[in-house]
Amino acid sequence: MANLRELSKEDLFLSSGHRMCAGCIAPVVVRMMSMAAAGRNVVVGNATGCLEVATTIYPYTAWKCSWVHNAFENAAATISGVEAAYKALRRKGKVKDDYKFIAFGGDGGTYDIGLQSLSGAMERGHDMVYVCYDNGAYMNTGIQRSGATPKFADTTTSPAGKVVPGKTQWRKDLTAIMVAHNIPYAAQVAPGHWNDFITKGAKAIDVDGPAFINALAPCPRGWRYDTADGIEMCRLAVDTCIWPLYEVVNGEWKLTYKPKQKRPVADFLKAQGRFRHLTDEMIQEFQAQVDRDWEALLKRCGEA
Amino acid sequence: MAQKVAITGNEAVALAMKQINPDVVAAYPITPQTEIVQIFSTYVNNGLIDTEFVTVESEHSAMSATVGAASAGARAMTATSANGLALMWEIVYIAASNRLPIVMPVVNRALSGPINIHCDHSDAMGARDSGWIQLWSENTQEAYDNMIQAVRLAENPNVQLPVMVCMDGFIISHAMENAEVLPDEVVREFIGDYTPQKTLLDKENPVTAGPLAFTDSYFEFKRAQAEAMIQAKPYVLEVAREYAKVSGREYGLFETYKLEDAEVGIVVLGSTAGTAKNVVDKLRGQGFKAGLLKPRVFRPFPAEELATALGHLKALAVMDRADSFNAFSGPLFAEITAAMYDSGAQTKIVNYIYGLGGRDVGLGDIEKVYGHLARIAESGKVDQRLNYLGVRE
Repeated sequence: MANLRELSKEDLFLSSGHRMCAGCIAPVVVRMMSMAAAGRNVVVGNATGCLEVATTIYPYTAWKCSWVHNAFENAAATISGVEAAYKALRRKGKVKDDYKFIAFGGDGGTYDIGLQSLSGAMERGHDMVYVCYDNGAYMNTGIQRSGATPKFADTTTSPAGKVVPGKTQWRKDLTAIMVAHNIPYAAQVAPGHWNDFITKGAKAIDVDGPAFINALAPCPRGWRYDTADGIEMCRLAVDTCIWPLYEVVNGEWKLTYKPKQKRPVADFLKAQGRFRHLTDEMIQEFQAQVDRDWEALLKRCGEA
Repeated sequence: MAQKVAITGNEAVALAMKQINPDVVAAYPITPQTEIVQIFSTYVNNGLIDTEFVTVESEHSAMSATVGAASAGARAMTATSANGLALMWEIVYIAASNRLPIVMPVVNRALSGPINIHCDHSDAMGARDSGWIQLWSENTQEAYDNMIQAVRLAENPNVQLPVMVCMDGFIISHAMENAEVLPDEVVREFIGDYTPQKTLLDKENPVTAGPLAFTDSYFEFKRAQAEAMIQAKPYVLEVAREYAKVSGREYGLFETYKLEDAEVGIVVLGSTAGTAKNVVDKLRGQGFKAGLLKPRVFRPFPAEELATALGHLKALAVMDRADSFNAFSGPLFAEITAAMYDSGAQTKIVNYIYGLGGRDVGLGDIEKVYGHLARIAESGKVDQRLNYLGVRE
């Protein structure tokens, strides 16, 4: 692995000046995937969402590689069609170069409305990487709750009200759902751990067959943190074990980072406005669930 | 040498797809289209063609993957019916807007509900404003011929629009008919090699496909799309002329049958036109001047040509195998009457909604329509504009 200074000189496929919000981590996710894909020809597919609308306002584009957007729920199906075209045209001698295919979708476009399309593409075995940039809500339409929103979070469709204190359900474990598709590579990453991220990104790109990466992508508007603190939010999520870093290679679970000292979830929750209304009891309930999930993950990874 | 074969509509469409040998087909099975997907998969798995066949998990993904493949410069196809087309809806519009030359057979079937697997035109008629060219077929021969012409038409650099090839579910798709099929090499030479204008798979010239267009550019994109459809008509005819040279079969924007000297006529799409021609013959034998017009190209809508062909009639019945539920008329009636009004024709026009959900349309039903037209021609008055044929009320 090169160091960050060297990596920053790479010609990345997402340019600066892309119009994403200050403090948004989604473009960091994309640029780390670009670092992971360095030296390869890449075609990017993009689900409708913040990343898509901000980076391609006609007649401008922030994408230096070929890029395709179709709709909200079908980034996986669309890029699977691109990959099928590549296979056919390569076979017929009409395309000479090697290409890699990466789809980006937010959690709304991936956990919820795009889950069927993603499941189909993974099951069919296309040689592609699907990267979910998980900011934990429908941020593009104004912070509505999704299947990835943490319990208790205050969103515009799960408002912290007098009777219902924010979202009442736990998140869905999408990475495990993807692992259940028996794909050769699945991983969770967070941009605070850039080395871990880029290493996994490169593995996902190079593996023969479908790969899935779930990337934490804090959103300053939805989470309500200072725009300078996005990477700190990633580190807090990882060190509290709310967002563990692991990979699953051909069904083998492996923890890739174990915090030296597990920090209390309150450190993560209290750093964000969306959890400001939480009582001590709610924080305890949150802590208990994170503890259970962490223990289960340690077992799966042969660490306990 | 062209070959005469006994073949069903689905078999003929699948055979045309084999001869076309597209780069990518992404499709999902649905009655009555299913056989097309099944037959095509046997061609792929037996190595008869080298298409990349993507067995998607839904029609939404079928159209999505087809759009992806076409954006990557592939000759890409899918096929569907009814609810499958409805599930594709969102992406059907995007395919046209992105000017992707996709060809899609639509085996016409009633839209739910209630659920029904039989023929009507509610599926394709619902997609009439989606920006796709629509070619309609009366029988297996026309379905086969339309498929091959569709590829050349869609890919014409001046057209660059997706094409639906419509054929009646079961009535055509599952009925064995005699048809003449072309040799593989004739089809391949006719459609030629496809060279996309832009592709995602060109690292020297990266493209951003499907960007966000705001208030300052969206309208211009749509206007350009509208212009492509306006300009498509001569290319439909050009491709038809070229096809006649290799097949001996001539196609136009529509077909007329004993219409030139007719006093009354009907306009009807698809297989029912065959039934109606028999009725015309019978009535002509009785000295009754009946005629018929069968549209082939519904999109682009040949308004002037239709009005010219129909304007001399005293009375006309436009038959719709789909209802618009607008408390006025079916879709074909609305557009034909608009075209006639514009031309200043004095023809009295009525609408018949018929055959929904596969309700059989017999010779007697069509005779009733002509009988109604005879009364209108004589009285010069339309008693009832909207009529439902062969339904219990």
